[in-house]
Amino acid sequence: MKSKKDKLTRRNFLKGAAAGTATLALPVGTSDASVWEAFFQKHFRELNKDEVADVIKRLEEEYKEKYKKDVKVKTTDAQPGVLFSYGLDLSRCIGCRRCVYACARENNQSRDPQIHWISVLRFEQGEKFVSNLEEADKYYYPEKVPEDGHFYMPIACQQCENPPCVKVCPTKATWKEPDGIVVVDYNWCIGCRFCMAACPYGARRFNWAAPQIAKEEVNPDTHYLGNRPRYKGVVEKCTFCIQRTRGNPGRYPACVEVCPVGARKFGNLLDPESEIRYCLEHKRVFRLKEELNTAPKFYYFFAT
Amino acid sequence: MFQLAKNFFVFLSQVTKGNKYYFAWIGFLSLLVLLGLITYIKQLDNGLIVTNMRDQVSWGFYISNFTYLVGVAAAAVLLVVPAYLYNFKPIKEIVLFGELLAVSAITMCILFVVIDMGRIDRLWHVMPFIGNMNFPSSLLAWDIIVLNGYLAINLTISFYALYKMANSKEYNLQIIKPLILLSIPWAVSIHTVTAFLYNGLASRPFWNASILAPRFLTSAFCAGPAIMIIIFQIIRKVSKIEIENKAIFKIAELVAYAIGINLFLLAAEFFKEFYSGSVHLAPMEYLYFGLHHHNNLVPWMWTAMIFNITAFLIFLRPQTRENLFTLNIGCVLVMTGIYIEKGMGLVIPGFIPGTLGEIYEYGPSFNEKMITIGVWAFGALIYTLLLKCAIPVYTGELRFYKPEGSVGNQ
Amino acid sequence: MGVQKAICLLIGLGLIFSLRASPVNAADKDKIPKYSVPPAPFSEGIFPCSDCHEDMEPDPTRRELEEHTDIQEMFDHASDQRWCLDCHNANDRDKLRLVNGALISFEESYYLCGQCHGTIFRDWKAGVHGKRTGEWNGKKIYRLCVHCHNPHSPKFKPLTPLPPPVRPTEIENRKLNDDQIPRNPIGDIQ
Repeated sequence: MKSKKDKLTRRNFLKGAAAGTATLALPVGTSDASVWEAFFQKHFRELNKDEVADVIKRLEEEYKEKYKKDVKVKTTDAQPGVLFSYGLDLSRCIGCRRCVYACARENNQSRDPQIHWISVLRFEQGEKFVSNLEEADKYYYPEKVPEDGHFYMPIACQQCENPPCVKVCPTKATWKEPDGIVVVDYNWCIGCRFCMAACPYGARRFNWAAPQIAKEEVNPDTHYLGNRPRYKGVVEKCTFCIQRTRGNPGRYPACVEVCPVGARKFGNLLDPESEIRYCLEHKRVFRLKEELNTAPKFYYFFAT
Repeated sequence: MFQLAKNFFVFLSQVTKGNKYYFAWIGFLSLLVLLGLITYIKQLDNGLIVTNMRDQVSWGFYISNFTYLVGVAAAAVLLVVPAYLYNFKPIKEIVLFGELLAVSAITMCILFVVIDMGRIDRLWHVMPFIGNMNFPSSLLAWDIIVLNGYLAINLTISFYALYKMANSKEYNLQIIKPLILLSIPWAVSIHTVTAFLYNGLASRPFWNASILAPRFLTSAFCAGPAIMIIIFQIIRKVSKIEIENKAIFKIAELVAYAIGINLFLLAAEFFKEFYSGSVHLAPMEYLYFGLHHHNNLVPWMWTAMIFNITAFLIFLRPQTRENLFTLNIGCVLVMTGIYIEKGMGLVIPGFIPGTLGEIYEYGPSFNEKMITIGVWAFGALIYTLLLKCAIPVYTGELRFYKPEGSVGNQ
Repeated sequence: MGVQKAICLLIGLGLIFSLRASPVNAADKDKIPKYSVPPAPFSEGIFPCSDCHEDMEPDPTRRELEEHTDIQEMFDHASDQRWCLDCHNANDRDKLRLVNGALISFEESYYLCGQCHGTIFRDWKAGVHGKRTGEWNGKKIYRLCVHCHNPHSPKFKPLTPLPPPVRPTEIENRKLNDDQIPRNPIGDIQ
């Protein structure tokens, strides 16, 4: 396997070199103005209204050209009085991975190289748990789930109130929105991956190559800070389906809706009537790696 | 102004003069740089997928080399302190070569960070004032500032000194001394900040230990000077510059202390991790004994351990330290030992096991190795060219003006 | 005083409401059917039950049935303690019967389940037990217990998992045509 890869490497050497010169770092010599516009695009939070409109127009054109369909890029703002939070019932999860792939479908995650925002870990009963994830298995594939003597724990971005990834980003390309969602400006990220080293939950994903999705599978309902198609060399992560959840009314995230056992709960932490508040007040909840003081807004609980 | 430009050109033109060995060396390095560049273009075209880094181990060989080289650059301070603070003459005469080494090492550091970036076209985002630098929150922002600052300081000091020398003037220590003094804490800072870059990540228990920054410094003071000891011997062999053994042995003595402290700190780390035996032991276990049958780094780490201990014994005994043959063996051993320990041995266990317990055994891909070799060759090339310009000035062969009556200070 | 009158009126209204909703107590009534529930998941052609049962004489003794053998075979829901007519109303088969004798429609079957599974019922009402779709701050679509649990054999049935992620060692550098790009295995699962 390895030697084959190496051989390929050498064979493609010059070919790659020739192609590479064309797509070199700086868009020198291109007549397409949009390339320059993209190059000089400011940080998303520094754009004024008109500039945002221009950027969205350019992106929508770019996506239409690439995916041959109309892709809508929204920039819906956070609603006041909303702090999103998530609950996951470990006593229910059966490890079927419906959430993993529903998330990929909704959020335009690259199919090749494969990117998943959700990792489902399988534990054997009696294994050390929570403090030590070392014995967990992410690649289980039995005929049927749940399996006897096992339990499952899906992990995605924990949307920390005190996010270490945001703290370390050298360019402020990732930040926490007023509704608590940690987002990435895919047009500002330089791909240094410091945030990936800082994240205690393995929640961030890097586009090691240009993301590839079949045109027919592209979800055209997108948000600038969420599921719009990404680029090679930038980091991405779960945004609580910002394109769905931001709205009045706003929809549930895709993973919540697909979960066949109803293990996933979502709502406004500031609303005492919300499902998530009910969980916090009536269930045995815990947050992952509490000792790191990241204060996740993602609660695991045991309903029974 | 015109004169200045002309002088600079005269200075630069030195690189075109040399014997066949010199051109062979330059040609060899250029070839490696070219190969690295071609591979890098391929990386730009395909993305970092041509490396073996993945989400599980998101930093690899590039950042390992970066970390090691920051240490090499910081080690220049080990010459500056005896030279300027204690006025130790033999070292004062060669401190310039240490500073030029720092310049080359920092250049390589910057290159290693740049080639590790996913979006080189957005490099300007991280530049102060132009971009949107997350200062003071991000340690990477700090690192950009201290590394570039250190580069600027060392460039200024060495070029000022060379310029004055080339003009047959004693350089004015009043002007340069504050900068030299500043370079001492600054050298410490580049390594401390780089250590803090890892140290501040609570998600990675292997790095999140207070011993990290002290170990960074001591290991830097092992490997950096060892490299210099070898380079000085080469310089005095290929040029007319005389470097006293006294200077070399003094540096060797300092290295002995540094290795001793480094080994002690390693022992402290070993004790803490293995005696307390918490879940945070896993990365250390992975390094030295293997974890769940994953043990790629184990032979490397024990090699590093044996090398460092042997080097310590060589440097510790005055008989072996002051014998150039054994000293050189010691230098090579400690350079390699620290390269393993502070490169892959530091970066990889931060990711193994991963934050979700996954073990992905990383090793650099062919492309990563090619690009890395290219960067090293580029660094060596820069250092060679810098020396090529500096040495004739140093020996008095190159003067912008004909000295009246007197010869240069050498 | 106006306020007192208003309170009396409210209590009165509340009483009327609670009387109308005889099967359950007033507090529950406030909490429940404000969210929409899809129709009960009957197998094809089985409802209304009265189509067949109208002309039959109800026989309240527990016995082996000649009809509904599939249900009898699967029946695994505290089957020692009860049988069909503990939940299905003998005289009007289109209704379910609570232990207090109250009749409810199949669309309200959660009351029946809630008699035994009180804590789960409480969680369900709060939106915490069971699957929810729709809007987190608007119209939520609830599901009946029987949408996920077969009432005659309520244990959740195992599912086939979707494939595991690609291992980091197996990720390859390849540029694919549109038709070569792997499709999402989730297909149409909603």
